Amino acid sequence: MTDFNYDQTRHLKKLIPAEEITAIDNWIKKYPPERKRPPIIAALKVVQDHNGNYLTEEMMQAVAEYLDVPHVAVYEVATFYSMFHLDKVGRHVISVCNNISCSLRGADKVIEHLQNRLNIKVGETTEDGLYTIKTVECMAACGGAPMLEVDKVYHENLTEEKIDQILSDIAAVELTQNSSSKQHENDADSSNEFSGEAQD
Amino acid sequence: MGKVHLEIDGNKLEAEVGSMIIEVADKVGIDIPRFCYHKKLSVAANCRMCMVDVSNIPKAVPACATPVAEGMIIQTKTPKAIDAQKSVMEFLLINHPLDCPVCDQGGECELQDLSVGYGEDISRFTEGKRVVEDKNLGPLIATDMTRCIHCTRCVRFGQEVVGIREMGATGRGEHVEIGTYIEGAIESEVSANIIDLCPVGALTAKPSLFKARAWELRQSASIAAHDCLGSNVYVHHRGREIIRVVPRENESINEVWLSDRDRFSYQALTDSERLLKPRIKQNGEWQDTEWETALNAVVSEMKRIIGASNGEDFGVLVGNNITTEESYLAQKFIRGVGCNNIDFRVRRRDFSGDGRGSVRSGFNFPMEKIDHMDATLLIAADLRHEQPLTSLRVRKSTGFGKVMAINPFDGEYNFRLTQELQPEAKMLAQEFAAVLVAADAINPDVLSAEAKEWLNGIEANDTHQQIAKNLVDNEASCILMGVYVQEHPQAEIINWLAESLASVTQSDWGYMTLGCNAAGNKIAGAVPMQSAAGGKSEPGKNAKQMLTSGLKSYFLINCEPDVESVWSKQALQNLQNAECVIALTPFADGRVPEYADIMLPIAGCYETSGTYINVEGKWQSFAASVSAPGDARPGWKVLRVLANLFELSGFDYESSKQVIDELHEKFEAVGDIRVARKVPPPLMQVSEQEASRECLGLYMVDPMVRRAKALQQTPKASTHPISISRVKTI
Repeated sequence: MTDFNYDQTRHLKKLIPAEEITAIDNWIKKYPPERKRPPIIAALKVVQDHNGNYLTEEMMQAVAEYLDVPHVAVYEVATFYSMFHLDKVGRHVISVCNNISCSLRGADKVIEHLQNRLNIKVGETTEDGLYTIKTVECMAACGGAPMLEVDKVYHENLTEEKIDQILSDIAAVELTQNSSSKQHENDADSSNEFSGEAQD
Repeated sequence: MGKVHLEIDGNKLEAEVGSMIIEVADKVGIDIPRFCYHKKLSVAANCRMCMVDVSNIPKAVPACATPVAEGMIIQTKTPKAIDAQKSVMEFLLINHPLDCPVCDQGGECELQDLSVGYGEDISRFTEGKRVVEDKNLGPLIATDMTRCIHCTRCVRFGQEVVGIREMGATGRGEHVEIGTYIEGAIESEVSANIIDLCPVGALTAKPSLFKARAWELRQSASIAAHDCLGSNVYVHHRGREIIRVVPRENESINEVWLSDRDRFSYQALTDSERLLKPRIKQNGEWQDTEWETALNAVVSEMKRIIGASNGEDFGVLVGNNITTEESYLAQKFIRGVGCNNIDFRVRRRDFSGDGRGSVRSGFNFPMEKIDHMDATLLIAADLRHEQPLTSLRVRKSTGFGKVMAINPFDGEYNFRLTQELQPEAKMLAQEFAAVLVAADAINPDVLSAEAKEWLNGIEANDTHQQIAKNLVDNEASCILMGVYVQEHPQAEIINWLAESLASVTQSDWGYMTLGCNAAGNKIAGAVPMQSAAGGKSEPGKNAKQMLTSGLKSYFLINCEPDVESVWSKQALQNLQNAECVIALTPFADGRVPEYADIMLPIAGCYETSGTYINVEGKWQSFAASVSAPGDARPGWKVLRVLANLFELSGFDYESSKQVIDELHEKFEAVGDIRVARKVPPPLMQVSEQEASRECLGLYMVDPMVRRAKALQQTPKASTHPISISRVKTI
């Protein structure tokens, strides 16, 4: 259909706010105009961050239309890179490398320990929606194998103790965030006499 | 392009700079194994099977991605090359299932063939094999994606040749899968070519799935019958059952491709209700009968009606995919018994050009030239639905050239247009004339004063001027008119405009026609105004007059005017009211049994020998691939016997070859007559209703396609033009 009036940008514009659109436009400007596929990664990252760390089919289609590329070209990118999630994931995605260097240095044990500690399998999310474990391809930190990445931070030369420490650090952050937000709720709901009880 | 000298396996060769080793080897017949390389697709170099040993390069290199160089010495059979190939084969077989006995590709599988040469008997891989979920790609293509070796030929076909990328490689590493990602039928009208491209059994033809093994099939060459290209095909059959139809390479027509329509229409012959014996309707009930009885009934009815009306009340309508032999005999027979009412143009509305004496239809240039056009102007050409393979050619030209369109509908293109005008249907001629006005302003020495007078008062805007400029400026330019132009109430005016514009801009021009044999029907004389090869004829009634006026008797040869004609409603009524309708048809279903009184079973496509003349004027003869079922006989034989029963002289043909030879001789004597059109009468307004496009859908064009089961289940079957989600053109 050659509908010259069809606005290919409108779907994406509905899905994300104007400042995010500007961010994508800035990425597009970095590449020659006839090269339409390079900004796909950047655009998907912007959209994913906005959407709570995962992408939907609708979003991928909107990105494809916005960038004027075939839909499948976006699916290819989104399924290739492990930083894109196509299903809802936990707030903290723990990405464990299991490529050759990390495997030789005990990535299997790292994974097993994480699974035991969080009581989930690779690819699963804890019931409280906090953690997801996944295995990823090489993240270019072979010198510090075995390694994992969580919340955009690399953790290298992992041992069970280190992993426990990482998990408790995250839990501590969660707790402070939680209590501050709950504190906030409390302030707002101070008129409710049962509110204190409900927190216990 | 310069030349380099090189040596492959001891053969001293010369090759063009920039060509790849595998191309050079293919040209001289040196076999290099390959999966991902295909001469019509870009180089991907991802299967690594074509490793060869090149002098001065320490490791084996892929022949498909290594350009030739001066003095190169290439060995394809040294231990280094063979070792590399064997290692690649071992990897390819790691995840490939050993299900050849239940795989449709078995026996004609590139992986199977090469594993005989390069595979080991025993796999060293003891780990679990990977399994991939099958994708549903619609009713034409069966998938078994575990067999896929990720050569990406199907992906590249969509991206490069079709321009609609629906297939892709999703996932990474071990998890790569080829598919559409979002499940759904492939929309493209040339989709099934990926079946041929697939080197393994991952993509196979669904309609012929598990029907036969490759080695049980016999192959015969034939010509496809559903668009005016006359694509070359092989019919694969076992006994008299057609199992499948595949493309036969012909660079000048279909290259290596085939449209889905041409590929799967054979199902009408195998899976629909066929007419197996002659039938006569008695008291409203169909009775099977013998040929003799039926033919005598036809003769007596014809004698009665033609005798009573001096031929006025009898009319012959021939379908658009009958052979040239059939239409030649039909007109010779019917003129012999004193009737001139014969026509094939059931969709034409403008007959004002009849009697001009022009013989040949279509193009005045070879189709291949379209690939190299710097500027192409499409007039009401819905190429993707009318001639899908022409659309691929036009797309090729968009790599460097411009394509412009004046289309009175929302077209779907698999290429980008540089200019597009979308006038109302009634304004098509005016809009086109404005381009001629603009061209005349650039090059004023060509048009006659009379023509300039005709154009007086029509004004060109910027777009018209740009289109005209593109045609004038580019030496390789052409004007292509779609099927719809010939159905337009101002067809003759538009044809004249095209002819004039072509001469002003020095472009090639051509018009597409419906069905595979419009040119053949015209040359054979299956038209009221002229007999074979443009010979003289008493004027007869044309299709419109026959179908709208109501004759006493109709004689239909593989034609269903109630669906095919633009006058379909009136046609149905008149056929129902006629005293006697004689139908020569391969099929026993549809509406023909409702209105016919005598039905004679004739052979369908691939069941008769014959000749089709394509839009460029190529005469392509073919033999019958299989025999017709039951008592059905080839149409040309039925017509010959009828003429014999009328005791007409000159009907002693023993083969269809004698028929076509007779016509060819007549045609040679007059040659390809193109009588220049005179300046038409002034442009009269037509109403939008008169001009509006009510088009036969992609899978509606002839009786055979309408009965092809799998095609009718595709998303493209029902509506036209189809509104689909925006499939992106690259």
